[in-house]
Amino acid sequence: MAMAALRREGRRFATPLLSPRPISVFRPSLISEEDGPTGVRNISTQVVRNRMKSVRNIQKITKAMKMVAASKLRSIQTRAENSRGLWQPFTALLGDTPSIDVKKNVIVTISSDKGLCGGINSTSVKISKAVQKLTSGPEKETKFVILGEKAKAQLVRDSKKDIEIIITELQKNPLNYSQVSVLADDILKNVEFDALRIVFNKFQSVVSFLPTVATVLSPEVVERESESGGKIGDLDAYEIEGGETKGEILQNLAEFQFSCVMFNAVLENACSEQGARMSAMDNSSRNAGEMLDRLTLTYNRTRQASITTELIEIISGASALEG
Amino acid sequence: MFRQASRLLARTTALTRSRAFSSEVPATPAVDSTFIDSWKKVIPNMEPPSTPSSFMVTRPQTPTSIPSKLTVNFVLPYASELSAKEVDMVIIPATTGQMGVLPGHVPTIAELKPGVLSVHEGNETKKYFLSSGFAFIHANSVADIIAVEAVPVDHIDPNLVQKGLAEFTQKLSSATTDLEKAEAQIGVDVHSALNSALTG
Repeated sequence: MAMAALRREGRRFATPLLSPRPISVFRPSLISEEDGPTGVRNISTQVVRNRMKSVRNIQKITKAMKMVAASKLRSIQTRAENSRGLWQPFTALLGDTPSIDVKKNVIVTISSDKGLCGGINSTSVKISKAVQKLTSGPEKETKFVILGEKAKAQLVRDSKKDIEIIITELQKNPLNYSQVSVLADDILKNVEFDALRIVFNKFQSVVSFLPTVATVLSPEVVERESESGGKIGDLDAYEIEGGETKGEILQNLAEFQFSCVMFNAVLENACSEQGARMSAMDNSSRNAGEMLDRLTLTYNRTRQASITTELIEIISGASALEG
Repeated sequence: MFRQASRLLARTTALTRSRAFSSEVPATPAVDSTFIDSWKKVIPNMEPPSTPSSFMVTRPQTPTSIPSKLTVNFVLPYASELSAKEVDMVIIPATTGQMGVLPGHVPTIAELKPGVLSVHEGNETKKYFLSSGFAFIHANSVADIIAVEAVPVDHIDPNLVQKGLAEFTQKLSSATTDLEKAEAQIGVDVHSALNSALTG
């Protein structure tokens, strides 16, 4: 028995010099026990340590992404707020008629290209599908124009035949009015519409984004509505200056309105994207921090348990020697 | 089932539309209740999206007598140059020529050509050179001027204007396709307007 104790003692000094063996795949538990070269138990903290390292890296990355989103948000927020005055004159003149009943509806869905921005893209797509349901009916058709990869991925699955134009990589260069007006021109030329419904997320604050639907009517519908005396009834009261016919002016007006509303919508959506990404990454780093705390506790427990086991073995070995 | 429901709704909204909005005063921002109602019927689980009318800045009511000042909103895509500024008169470069707007002007929609916008307030006048745009003058003496680009006239460099004018005139004479001719013509128009803005 003394020989056995000595042998055990010898091993006690030997094992700390051995490097911990890699964990076998058949025992994926967090606290891993492995047999030393002569059957000694040695609880390894390697798994926990690896996990902590990866969670710490994730926390750093998400913190960095949050900083980047915050700085991008600052710059684009001022531009979005400055562009808010752009669509107001049009709504003051022509009114806002989202409940208008027309035959050809085109839904312009604005979304982001990159992910990791929370739920704003899914919200936009849900609202677009709901608007399609709302405006559908006999003899009515609803088409989609998609801006951004994320909405494309979701809408291509169900409504592939209804999609007219897909535009991606909008934010490759900083957003400016000329780019958006070219886009608007493109859409107006290639798509027939009676009413355009632009679905985007309006930036209210860093934590709140409101899904919004802005309606732009085609000049024919505007004429029809103003004659029938609906919401735009007092359009007739306005004198028209310039141009040959009222129709020509209304056409230019509708096109200009569309490009202005689009510009504001695209800026607001970009703002919402950065804000949503900021809060998503913030939550992520906070969760990573919490996970790290829990893992640290587990790590300390395993470490202390293995030290305690060693101590017990030494002491029992020593007491066995004496006794 | 939903298609029929929306058809019925559309019919009822068409019938009640004139009645529902006959009392609508354009002064207060109203939320479109028919839209919200029809949304709730067809899509009960989701909150209806907001519409621009809920974000509108309140506009003054149509007054009974002619007000003393004109309220001007001059907006550009990247900034609101003047927002709800009370002035005496503005002169806008409409396609039919320079148009002076005083308080109590007839409601008008004017298309603008590249030219000078001058804002008269008391004794001082501010001049901006606008690229084209639109101007709306409402019955409540609010003028909305929307332009794509505007610079104060003193920021314009005369040498560059001359150079540009020469360049575009040359392009116009050497243009072959209709598109090139149109582009060159636009360039010539803008530069000659710039020229007259600097001199006039």
